[in-house]
Amino acid sequence: MIGADAIVKCLEKEGVEIVFGYPGVAICPFYNSILDTDIRTVLIRTEQNAAHAASGYARVSGKAGVCAVTSGPGATNVITGIATAFADSIPIICITGQVNSELMGSDVFQEADIAGAVESFVKYSYVVKNVNDIPRIFREAFHIANTGRKGPVLIDIPIDIQNASISRFHYPEEVSLRTYKPTVKGNMVQIKRVVEALKKAKRPIICAGGGVHLSGAVEELREFSRRYRIPVVSTIMGIGVMPTRDPMYYGNVGNNGKPYANRAMNESDLLLMVGARVADRAVSQPDLIISNKVLVHMDVDPAEIGKNVGPHIPLVGDIRHIFQDLMDQEIQKEELHRAYEDWIHTLDGYRENMKVRREPNPAYVDPAEFITRLSEQMEEDAVYVADVGQNQIWSCCYHIVKKGRFLTSGGMGTMGYSIPAAMGAKLAAPDRQVIAMCGDGSFQMSMMELATMRQHGIPVKIIVLNNGCLGMVRQYQHFTYKDNYSVIDLSGSPDLEKLSAAYGMDFLRLETMEKAEETIAAFLKEDRSVLLECIIDPADLV
Amino acid sequence: MKKIYSVLVENRSGVLCKVAGLFSRRCFNIDSLAVGETEDPAVSCMTIVSNGDERTIEQIEKQLNKKLDVIKVKTFDEGESITRELMLIKVKYNRSNRRDIMENCDIMHAGIVDMSKHMMLIQICDVPERIQLFIRMLKTVSIVEVARTGTLALPKCRDVEH
Repeated sequence: MIGADAIVKCLEKEGVEIVFGYPGVAICPFYNSILDTDIRTVLIRTEQNAAHAASGYARVSGKAGVCAVTSGPGATNVITGIATAFADSIPIICITGQVNSELMGSDVFQEADIAGAVESFVKYSYVVKNVNDIPRIFREAFHIANTGRKGPVLIDIPIDIQNASISRFHYPEEVSLRTYKPTVKGNMVQIKRVVEALKKAKRPIICAGGGVHLSGAVEELREFSRRYRIPVVSTIMGIGVMPTRDPMYYGNVGNNGKPYANRAMNESDLLLMVGARVADRAVSQPDLIISNKVLVHMDVDPAEIGKNVGPHIPLVGDIRHIFQDLMDQEIQKEELHRAYEDWIHTLDGYRENMKVRREPNPAYVDPAEFITRLSEQMEEDAVYVADVGQNQIWSCCYHIVKKGRFLTSGGMGTMGYSIPAAMGAKLAAPDRQVIAMCGDGSFQMSMMELATMRQHGIPVKIIVLNNGCLGMVRQYQHFTYKDNYSVIDLSGSPDLEKLSAAYGMDFLRLETMEKAEETIAAFLKEDRSVLLECIIDPADLV
Repeated sequence: MKKIYSVLVENRSGVLCKVAGLFSRRCFNIDSLAVGETEDPAVSCMTIVSNGDERTIEQIEKQLNKKLDVIKVKTFDEGESITRELMLIKVKYNRSNRRDIMENCDIMHAGIVDMSKHMMLIQICDVPERIQLFIRMLKTVSIVEVARTGTLALPKCRDVEH
């Protein structure tokens, strides 16, 4: 057995079903060994998308996604994908081939110090120097990636180590890392303080972040909210924690969020910030939100607590465990209910009366209306992946999550995320409907993956909101530079109908809202890849 | 506010870079940094002196603790600790200032560890302020080169009451 066989065996031990990647000489031993297994390989068309696909896979399956690329440019190309996963705390394992270990540091062909280069974007990284370390390193890497605050782990393996004989393969049962013991259980004293705060509060609210999805605490949070009648808002990453039309859900907060969600958060007297980092996109002035309320901050990462705002009650631990413990406390429901009903009534009023009024141009497709109608027709458990740009903001505001998932690159805001992430999601859940929503800018950043979809039979449905320009930047230039538009014109883009035909995909085009209903129905019909182009107004603003 | 972090880390290649990188990436200052092996060759101790407001200080400690190569972080003030720095300083001397230099060395408890016809190599081990003072005292003679270790620090001895 050689190192490459050992790597593949480690992946089997971890239950890996699929590896996204792009080979090159330095990773060829691995891609040779993987042929002898049932692990599926997907040849992605550019390395960045291998990490995005692994991310989409991880977010839907709950397991760490795996990608494997070659040394040098293969490794450096994957960095943006790793950084994207890091910003959203998504567990991925990135295996990079490396030049012969004896040549490392001498700038030979396709050599890059990838472990050094990704240092600020990984939870941890390894450079394998001894073939016998492979089982321990992989066991640790999967453990590190998918526990505590999740995140990407990079394993760099020189080609000679992949080819070296391994004396004995033993996959460790346990991981023993003296420096890594994430807190799981919340401190009971703090949990009791939260209960006391709830009893005192008149206007409590939960703000759910991506951490709720990551800890698998969605059911617990919903149960908690319903049992104690506590309203919920979410960050972008927390969309889908509550079904959009749940009576206890009051939308997503932030500078592009729902006005009534922001108002609800501002007027609360007790804010439970759950698995969210209180970053600038959600809370523009973190210091202000604590001036008139008690802030409880729950997060698995102690470094998040107090980073952007100092909470009154910090609570470190796994969100799911915390909510289970909270619900085990004997809270007299009656004490809470009566006090909260007025608050809920007020919020219902805000939700009803603070709707954003849009004045859509009837000559085009109205993205807001389109997204709402689309999600009404989508299957209940569908996965919707929004890209970055105006399409993301419209998606956040108008997509209706029923029992499905809403995925997007919330932290890094990486354009081109949606198509590869949707592919990963589809492979993780082949029976679910998976839709990638992009703009014409973000689509062109990942359109090479149409070939991957065709080659590997991944029936993702793609929507392109086409306005012929970079809409989000245009909007910014409209407000900030008084319509002095610079480098936003996307003319020269391909004819999407011909492009779809070239890739053997079905194509639909929607030019106004007139035929929206039947076009959406045709788009969603059957489990096959379709590209739907929606012509939207370049002057439209989110 | 000045804080001293005594950081025990795994003695592996690349760890210094990870810790130093953390400071630069998160815009934390490093006033001084000293690294060396501990009694356990698998563990190194980094002594980092940094400046910042309360939130920064807390963040530094938390971010250090998050690093998987960091075993333990101790944070303390100068007042709670014994600090020392070692400096080697090479100066040019002549007949007229030779005595003065030696007197200064006596006052500061510095020792002359090497000498040639025109050069003198002096060693001093003291708290950082006094090292600074010694440099000022030698400004009148010509300083050729200086090497400093950066601050080393450990919390003062305190018997734990049972």
